[in-house]
Amino acid sequence: MSATSANRYDLLVIGAGIMGATAALRAAQGGMRVIVVERDVAGSGASGVNAGTLSLQIKRVGLMRYALRGYEWWREAGEAVGFKRTGGYTLAFTASEQALLEERMTKKRDAGAPIELVSPAEARAREPALSDRVVGASYCAADGYADSTRTGPYLRGLLRAANVHLHEHTLARSIDAGGDGFRVATPGGPIDARRLLIASGAWTASVAAMLGVTLPINVRVNTVSVTEPGPRRLHAAIGHATGLLTLKQKANGSYLIGGGWQGRGSPATGRGEVDGETLLQNLRLARFAVPALAHTRVLRSWTGFEASVADHYPLAGVLPGVPNAYVLACVRGGYTIGPFIGPLVADLILGREPELPLFDPTRVLAVTTRDGSRAADGRVPGK
Amino acid sequence: MSASPHAGPAGSCDVAVLGAGPAGAAAAIEASALGLRVALLDEQPIAGGQVYRAVPGIAPVRADRDRAEGDRLRSTVADANIERHFCHRVWHVERVDDEWRVHALGPEGPRTVHAAALIVATGAQERHVPFAGWERPGVIGLAAATVLIKAQRILPGRNVVVAGVGPLLLVVAKAIIEGGGRVAAIVDANARGDWFAHARDLVSRPDLVARGIGWIRTMRSHGVPMLHGHILRTVDGDTRSLRAVAAPIGRDGHPHAEVASTELLCDAVCCGFGLMPATDVTRLAGAAHAFDPARGGWHVIVDADQRCDLPGLYAAGDGAGVTGAAAAPLQGRIAASAVARDLGRMDANARGARGKKRGSVRAARFGTAMTQLASVGDGAIASIPADVIVCQCERLSRRVLDGAIDDGCATINDLKSATRCGMGPCGGRLCEDTAARLIAIRTGRTRTDIGQATGRPPLRPVDLDALAGTFDYDALPMPVPSPL
Repeated sequence: MSATSANRYDLLVIGAGIMGATAALRAAQGGMRVIVVERDVAGSGASGVNAGTLSLQIKRVGLMRYALRGYEWWREAGEAVGFKRTGGYTLAFTASEQALLEERMTKKRDAGAPIELVSPAEARAREPALSDRVVGASYCAADGYADSTRTGPYLRGLLRAANVHLHEHTLARSIDAGGDGFRVATPGGPIDARRLLIASGAWTASVAAMLGVTLPINVRVNTVSVTEPGPRRLHAAIGHATGLLTLKQKANGSYLIGGGWQGRGSPATGRGEVDGETLLQNLRLARFAVPALAHTRVLRSWTGFEASVADHYPLAGVLPGVPNAYVLACVRGGYTIGPFIGPLVADLILGREPELPLFDPTRVLAVTTRDGSRAADGRVPGK
Repeated sequence: MSASPHAGPAGSCDVAVLGAGPAGAAAAIEASALGLRVALLDEQPIAGGQVYRAVPGIAPVRADRDRAEGDRLRSTVADANIERHFCHRVWHVERVDDEWRVHALGPEGPRTVHAAALIVATGAQERHVPFAGWERPGVIGLAAATVLIKAQRILPGRNVVVAGVGPLLLVVAKAIIEGGGRVAAIVDANARGDWFAHARDLVSRPDLVARGIGWIRTMRSHGVPMLHGHILRTVDGDTRSLRAVAAPIGRDGHPHAEVASTELLCDAVCCGFGLMPATDVTRLAGAAHAFDPARGGWHVIVDADQRCDLPGLYAAGDGAGVTGAAAAPLQGRIAASAVARDLGRMDANARGARGKKRGSVRAARFGTAMTQLASVGDGAIASIPADVIVCQCERLSRRVLDGAIDDGCATINDLKSATRCGMGPCGGRLCEDTAARLIAIRTGRTRTDIGQATGRPPLRPVDLDALAGTFDYDALPMPVPSPL
């Protein structure tokens, strides 16, 4: 490592999604000289193609405190990200779904989310577009959504204002870890930095592999669809007891339909494909929940990659075995939680005590290398 | 659903052909003759595509050569052993477990065709160059005008300005006159002499050249003003009385400020700027594409046997590069032969393929020359005023797109996600080419670097209820709930 301190960054972040960008911002505020490299453009991965749902009802109990704080970031960003606080209903159509709904929502309410159980009659009185087959429902007044396509431009503006260097269309081809820092090879030449944060979403495992670290990350290929604009029929964001539906009618009148139905593809090729059969099931579930969808036209379906590890808790902390390297990925509900947990990891990098505990990535290595035994320091809040 | 394509259940076949125009119909007929089980899908009620479009049961105003050729093609398709799915809108194609799945919506609801091979013969789509007022009622494309006239027997207006570039100008003007309408003027971006630059390739089809000269005579005898080297800049007024302003342009497409514009009064404007390969299916399938202005722009890459770079995927006709209706059937037959060989159903050295290839190359020369004549210089794009709407669906002006480009949008996908350009019902068909040219003009990047928009299903907007069909809630295959 021959770079002089003059052109070396204090922190290089790989990935300009919500995680990487908000971590970079906090690090810059903390006095670091920060650069973010992005293989595509800011917010072009999961941050920009997800359904934009900001629902506390679909957050995990163990992540609720993080979700409540992340939600505040979106609320404050407001119109610039298309934030809408619409309230949200989660619906059950069978007795077993109702039991699932009541169990889950009670726990989430106890974890701090302002969720109430409502009767089907009440739900339909307030939201007449809902199916008359609803047997149980919960409501969260805070729920809503943002326009995920605006995430990237918004983050880009924040990074510029904070004087964080953002190199888009810049693929990290290889990483040399030597001496007291890192040299990342990019098409525009090498970049040197004292510290490294991998916040590369679905590509996190392949970036970590450049440093010889094998992260057991699974990638899901989530499907989202949008319809043509239609007259205003639906006000609240709609979910399903199983978490397999997100549905809202956006400000322009189009319906956005998601819920994590699986397509095909892999981050290696960068190509995700819509599976015609699962798309139909997703549309059917949406149509069943909100019959007002009848005879709207589906304009477009697409997929986004979502990374996760076996326990579905985040990787947020030191990259095991590589001094001065950090990782932030696999955050379930990462769209909502990202802008809170990103800065938390930056606090760790800045040598500050994070406000809430992080999620030591060592635990996932321990699981794979020690025949299932959990590392002593693997902490999982809420369990 | 996962039956082997060779097992022979309903909905499975050796080869599915998308599009029953000249290329697709020829491919299907040839594949059937080679003993393959063929499914032919088209959105229209009968075969023929755009070139030989007709209405079943309605006689043409006057018998012409296209109608006769179209009828011949239709009767051959009808006689061949082909599983025909007309009135089917294909909304998705995907490759799963060594087969292609073609999802379509037909009169009886959704249908999925499983095929070992897929021949994409979806033809071309029209290129547009925006001008002030092009989103107004009364302004339609040349291709749309031919549909109206050929299939619906409706004139776009009584007194029509026909504008743009390329041979379709004359085709539409002649059809309007034959249908009893008046052509207020033909506004042709080409200078009068541009045709001579391609004379050598044009003489490869003297019959078609003679036909074109005949059309020009028709225009002269009806006293139709021909404004060569002009482009439409503005259309205003309402459909009872539209005012179109045509401005003179140089060879690079830039307007000549010193030469006066011409005002034309009319009740309809038909405009189009040449044809581009329809790449939506091959993009969705994930095949490799290349940008070549001589072939109409972005086209799927095929080898000499019309194979794409994905297993079991073939393309024929204008979708593989605009080469015209003469080359299309030859390419269709080449593709069908390749499918038969690749599926092990025909001797790899079978005769005939070589001759077809030579014929295809010869026929393509004429089409390629026509395609080059049907293009307009970057100046025509660079001089679009800032207030002009480029993306009609999302009502985005050039100013908005330029702002996003200056803000860092370097690819068509960047521009799409930053501004929603091309995300409306037209799926970018009207605006993507212009948007990409704006990026190229402003950044100096090549069209190859700027790329195409990622292909997404549905290929055309589809009714959600028609897709969802009737279903039982309890039968929905619900995956495991998300973790608590």
